[in-house]
Amino acid sequence: MPDAALRELKFRDRGRGEGLSAALARTVAEIGRAPVSVMHVCGSHEQAIARFGLRSGFPRDLHVIMGPGCPVCITDQPEVDEAVALARQGIRIATYGDMLRVPGTSASLADAQAEGARVDVVYGIDQAIATARTSPDPLVFFATGFETTAVTTAAAALAGLPPNLFILSAHKYIPPVMEIVCEMPGSRIEGFIAAGHAATITGWGIFEAFVARHGVPVVIAGFEPLDILAALVRLTELIRDGRRTVENMFPRCVTREGNLVAQRQLWQVFAPAGGRWRGIAHVPNGNLRLRDAWAHLDARRQFAIDLARLWDEAPSALSAQCVCGEIMSGLKTPSDCPLFGAECVPDTPVGACMVSTEGTCRIWREYGEQTCLSQR
Amino acid sequence: MPVAALNRHVAMKHGAGGRSMRRLIEEVFMRGAGSDAAAMDDGAAIRLSGGWLIVSTDSHVIHPLVFPGGDIGRLAVAGTVNDLAMMGATEPLGLTCGVILEEGFPIDELVRLQASMVAACEEAGTTIVAGDTKVMRRAEVDGIIINTAGIGMTHRVIRDSGLVPGDVLIVSGTLGDHGMAVMAARHKLEFRDELRSDVAPLNGLIRLALAAGGPWIHAMKDPTRGGLASVLHEMADRSKVGIVVDEPSVPVRPQVRAAAELLGIDPLFIANEGKAVIAVAPTAADAVLAAVRSHPYGRDAVIVARCVAEAPGTVVVDTGFGRRFLSEPDGELLPRIC
Repeated sequence: MPDAALRELKFRDRGRGEGLSAALARTVAEIGRAPVSVMHVCGSHEQAIARFGLRSGFPRDLHVIMGPGCPVCITDQPEVDEAVALARQGIRIATYGDMLRVPGTSASLADAQAEGARVDVVYGIDQAIATARTSPDPLVFFATGFETTAVTTAAAALAGLPPNLFILSAHKYIPPVMEIVCEMPGSRIEGFIAAGHAATITGWGIFEAFVARHGVPVVIAGFEPLDILAALVRLTELIRDGRRTVENMFPRCVTREGNLVAQRQLWQVFAPAGGRWRGIAHVPNGNLRLRDAWAHLDARRQFAIDLARLWDEAPSALSAQCVCGEIMSGLKTPSDCPLFGAECVPDTPVGACMVSTEGTCRIWREYGEQTCLSQR
Repeated sequence: MPVAALNRHVAMKHGAGGRSMRRLIEEVFMRGAGSDAAAMDDGAAIRLSGGWLIVSTDSHVIHPLVFPGGDIGRLAVAGTVNDLAMMGATEPLGLTCGVILEEGFPIDELVRLQASMVAACEEAGTTIVAGDTKVMRRAEVDGIIINTAGIGMTHRVIRDSGLVPGDVLIVSGTLGDHGMAVMAARHKLEFRDELRSDVAPLNGLIRLALAAGGPWIHAMKDPTRGGLASVLHEMADRSKVGIVVDEPSVPVRPQVRAAAELLGIDPLFIANEGKAVIAVAPTAADAVLAAVRSHPYGRDAVIVARCVAEAPGTVVVDTGFGRRFLSEPDGELLPRIC
């Protein structure tokens, strides 16, 4: 059997899944109160939970909430506005496919594209570099995503960009927002599942200070169904036993220190800055902005971005009813939103959470859980 | 006004084989259409003395024109032959071929594509009996568009609305090969193991299946654009049954699975051009499965789903870890951000 198939069997084995589900039910029952609320902060985790139908097997008293873990969803309107304004000013934009339809104050990049602006979808900054080399026109890479993708932007900047390629950074940094969620009034989060790929870069040690400050356990998890189930079992055990620690349940990728080379590159190029995350709050140190040494690459400093013109257009009245922020803070679920599935659908999204395949609303819409059909 | 619900302009999603395309057809093209077209099947069935005449047509545009495992010529023949076969007409009487060319298209390439069409016709046991050629100015059309239409006879029309609870669904082989090969070629994505399109005429395979299953075969469809997900939704919707997919048994080549995981695309949504989905009553399932497997294009055939009476019109995936709805495909497949 090829290696890939063997590896997959190891992390997608039904029998082991049943064993872990039973352990999870037992541990939640042993906690002896309901509900027990835990949060993960990663769109890939929600994807895996939905894609494998895991939620249909979770104990009823365990609430697994998706926090602000979708990089597309938390990109704030003014950041989208900057990209839209540049596009309308005639600057060519390259960005990830998910960003096209994210609504800004009054328009998305897809709207700008429909009006004739040049917007290219790329899979990574390397493709933006290749595009920049095909024409001398200035090209702005609208860089979004967490530390995982920010590192790729940083590495490319360090390796040297074509002179006509600029970066509009909307990169975000996850650890600070976990603090914000914990401190929100009404927060019932008793433990966190942290994203394995981000921790591959930052290392799991970064969460130790957080655990000490907030007194809630953190478990690092991978993305296969068994990874997630095993991490939830461990997290509920820690909650049951009142232990406030960081546990690494993704040791095949994550170390305590993380990827030091990547961290060095990240902080060489980017500096943390405070800024709003869409619908959530001002997050101190939650944004990654280019350092002064890289001002020559920074679209914000190299172009005059005419935002005012966009703000003359009224935002959609519907967007005022959108509860994306409360959903991402774990205070509401998509079914609490009056727009969900009615005015707000993947085709015509009102909130950013319906745009991205990693957004909570989109995932709920795509993979509604179902357990009533007769068993095989 | 149903059309008001559509966007004001045609978008790429209206041709992607999913929900939007279905709505466009229902709300625009079905206005005043005859009852044969109203079934919205792979083709039309016209009653003649002694049987049914099946008519089907399909236009083909693809980038790149030549891809690993096939080209637009083979695709144009296989597409129509397969549409006829899925309705029970496994002996295509003849095809027509309309070609729209862009000024400047290389004659050498046209010769190669024509040879590929002839080879595919030979394999399917049919010929091109009529044709039409138009040339448009540069940039008025992108390279080449090939339309084929085909006719064939059958004694029994197989609809995609004939499923009943208890039926099992067989797929004739691995899923996602065509769509992933074309996507990799189009976006110049390189993977270690080669991705090859499965494009092939399936009438030989379907002939064997029909001989083995006879009246126990309740529905057939080829999972082209929109993939298996689209086919299952159409079948569940038109037959008013629920369908439960056993996901771990869905056959997907390791390299296709790896590429799909990397791009964040579900293999159930990827196009195939040489696969059939066959719904058969349980009593004949083994016989049909054995017949399909005896054909070179059906060696990896397997049962992947079954029909239930509960929740008619819905498709549910049993992942082995839990159950979830299978969404209806819509729009183009776009790789995700991270």
